[in-house]
Amino acid sequence: MTVIDAPATGPDWSSAASNANRRRRYAADRRLRIYGLTAIIIAVGVLVILLATVLTGGASAFVQTRVTVEFTIDPELVSADNIQRGNYRQIITNAVAELFPEIADDRTALTAAGRILTSNAQFFVRDAVVADPSLIGRTLTLAIPASDPFDQLNKGTIARDLPEEQRRVNDRDTALFDQLVDRGLVSTPFNWGLFFNADSRFPELAGLRGAIIGSFYLLLVTLLVSVPVGIAAAIYLEEFARRGRWSRLIEVNINNLAAVPSVVFGLLGLAVFINFFGLPRSAPLVGGLVLSLMTLPTIIIVTRAALKAVPPSIREAAYGIGASKHQMVLHHVLPLALPGILTGTIIGMAQALGETAPLLLVGMNAFLTAAPGGITDAATALPTQIYIWADSSERGFVAKTSAGIVVLLLFLIVMNAVAIFLRRRLERTW
Amino acid sequence: MEQLVAPTSKMGVDVRHTGEAGTTEIKVSAQNVDVFYGEKHAIKGVSVNVPARSVMAFIGPSGCGKSTFLRCINRMNDTIEGCKVTGNIRLDDRDIYDANLDVVELRARVGMVFQKPNPFPKSIFENVAYGPRIHGLVHGKADLDAIVEQSLRKAALWEEVKDRLKEPGTGLSGGQQQRLCIARAIAVNPEVILMDEPCSALDPIATARVEELIDELRQNYTIIIVTHSMQQAARVSQQTAFFHLGILVETGSTEFIFTNPHDQRTQDYITGRFG
Repeated sequence: MTVIDAPATGPDWSSAASNANRRRRYAADRRLRIYGLTAIIIAVGVLVILLATVLTGGASAFVQTRVTVEFTIDPELVSADNIQRGNYRQIITNAVAELFPEIADDRTALTAAGRILTSNAQFFVRDAVVADPSLIGRTLTLAIPASDPFDQLNKGTIARDLPEEQRRVNDRDTALFDQLVDRGLVSTPFNWGLFFNADSRFPELAGLRGAIIGSFYLLLVTLLVSVPVGIAAAIYLEEFARRGRWSRLIEVNINNLAAVPSVVFGLLGLAVFINFFGLPRSAPLVGGLVLSLMTLPTIIIVTRAALKAVPPSIREAAYGIGASKHQMVLHHVLPLALPGILTGTIIGMAQALGETAPLLLVGMNAFLTAAPGGITDAATALPTQIYIWADSSERGFVAKTSAGIVVLLLFLIVMNAVAIFLRRRLERTW
Repeated sequence: MEQLVAPTSKMGVDVRHTGEAGTTEIKVSAQNVDVFYGEKHAIKGVSVNVPARSVMAFIGPSGCGKSTFLRCINRMNDTIEGCKVTGNIRLDDRDIYDANLDVVELRARVGMVFQKPNPFPKSIFENVAYGPRIHGLVHGKADLDAIVEQSLRKAALWEEVKDRLKEPGTGLSGGQQQRLCIARAIAVNPEVILMDEPCSALDPIATARVEELIDELRQNYTIIIVTHSMQQAARVSQQTAFFHLGILVETGSTEFIFTNPHDQRTQDYITGRFG
């Protein structure tokens, strides 16, 4: 038995040295707090700046300048027998001449005035007439998107006080456009085309439809490949594999795989899937396979962690009443690990959704004016579409790029919200 | 009254039956069992016979191997990597380490209740119904309902939970959870129930209930219970085996072990000199 001898006099807690010591410790506490707070403020500040830039830059792309024009569908120009092949260009010219009677005889001025409207205006009219042939011989009122320079002029991105020779639009055309504004023919409705149009060379018509559908197919392939393979691999490694040199080797390699730069996976996809297996280029199938390779390590690591987190008592309980291994895993361990697996999977998918470099290498940055119809059609994805737009010189694509980023971020936020929601739901029932 | 005496200790040795019964049916019989965890020799040459429809307690200080030995009887040690079991363990006359033996069937016949109550995070009903369902013991919902009720009744839990079978088993109190685990074990109608310190996580009142339950269950089942508490061993068991440092020191009727142990180590442990 040991007896601790209490010192005759205890420490003097009120001495100056003791007080100073305490003050120092409190000061250190405060400093640590301030460091943490500063770090958070910096992180949040950077995030706010990023979001603010993207949002302010992209905001103008969410509305579209439209000019309301009356078109006279002259039966001489469009015959009811062949609506598709009518002379719609002339209809547009006539309509513009009607809009500006004062320049109706000046062909050059008229052509220039026609450029206020998007150069695809004739197809808007054609589609309307095809949809309703009874319009032939009557007038049709349509709000046609303004061409990019006038769209920018209307949105104020083109400064009117610049010297004329440095401006995209000259004084005469500006005056004509202002005349339309004064007559109340110019409106700026929400730009649904941003979501429902495919890509286009004309910024006023370019939309994300192809990219959204492409990303959807891409994620579908990624999900279908990486989730079953990843979960099965994780279950094997965690529940079946004997711990040994081989399992350690595999584990190290999986962890390394997670750290491989994505562009390398792109090269691999190019070499293996396209060159060796001969799969189609630019297709979501190939892109999805490449992204699966990237997502696999994440899913395997997350799933293993989730399986490991299931208490051993549950495994023993299942074994104890004679459950076989697959029953133990499928009935008890996997359902308990599911919230974790699900969150990991969705985070992996979100990563895949934002991945650009490997897609560039497998050719998913093609310029396509039609949305893909399946996983083997050529397609773009949201991030590559943003990349394409960012690379385009027209003024309108600047805002389009930011708008594309906003849409991508929205998808990511929705995916993460779903992950959180599902996680909460599943945790409550189990 | 029957009396089992183990004359010598170290070698484990067969149990000698005396008294009026004379022919006691042996349910589990172990001969020269050794268990290795990698390099560690955890159990050394243990031989013991467990009579049918009685309670046998394994007692001994911490780390003496009693739980390890218990887990050999339903081959739970198979799940631990690096664990090797040698020797011979027989359930009725069947070698349970025989290569042809189906472990799943063995674990259905030899149920287990663990130290910490470990109900599945499912409903009370599902907890009990799981075993019969995976072993295909029931045909139809009515059958299953009957088994669940019967098992919960046997585990003395029915009255407390009959109105909330749909609620999660993890929401019950510790003692109720442990009885739920017992109900889950007996739902597959095992012949032997292994209990690994079933009361160590329970308060005294819950412990008393589980002990009562063990006493009732012994009419139909062979029970082997590992316990730290000598009082518990004395209260619930008919046979006691004393383990020390991986060796079965002494085995015999509980009354005998507690009043007149042969071995000095048993004597020392019982009287609280170590352990």
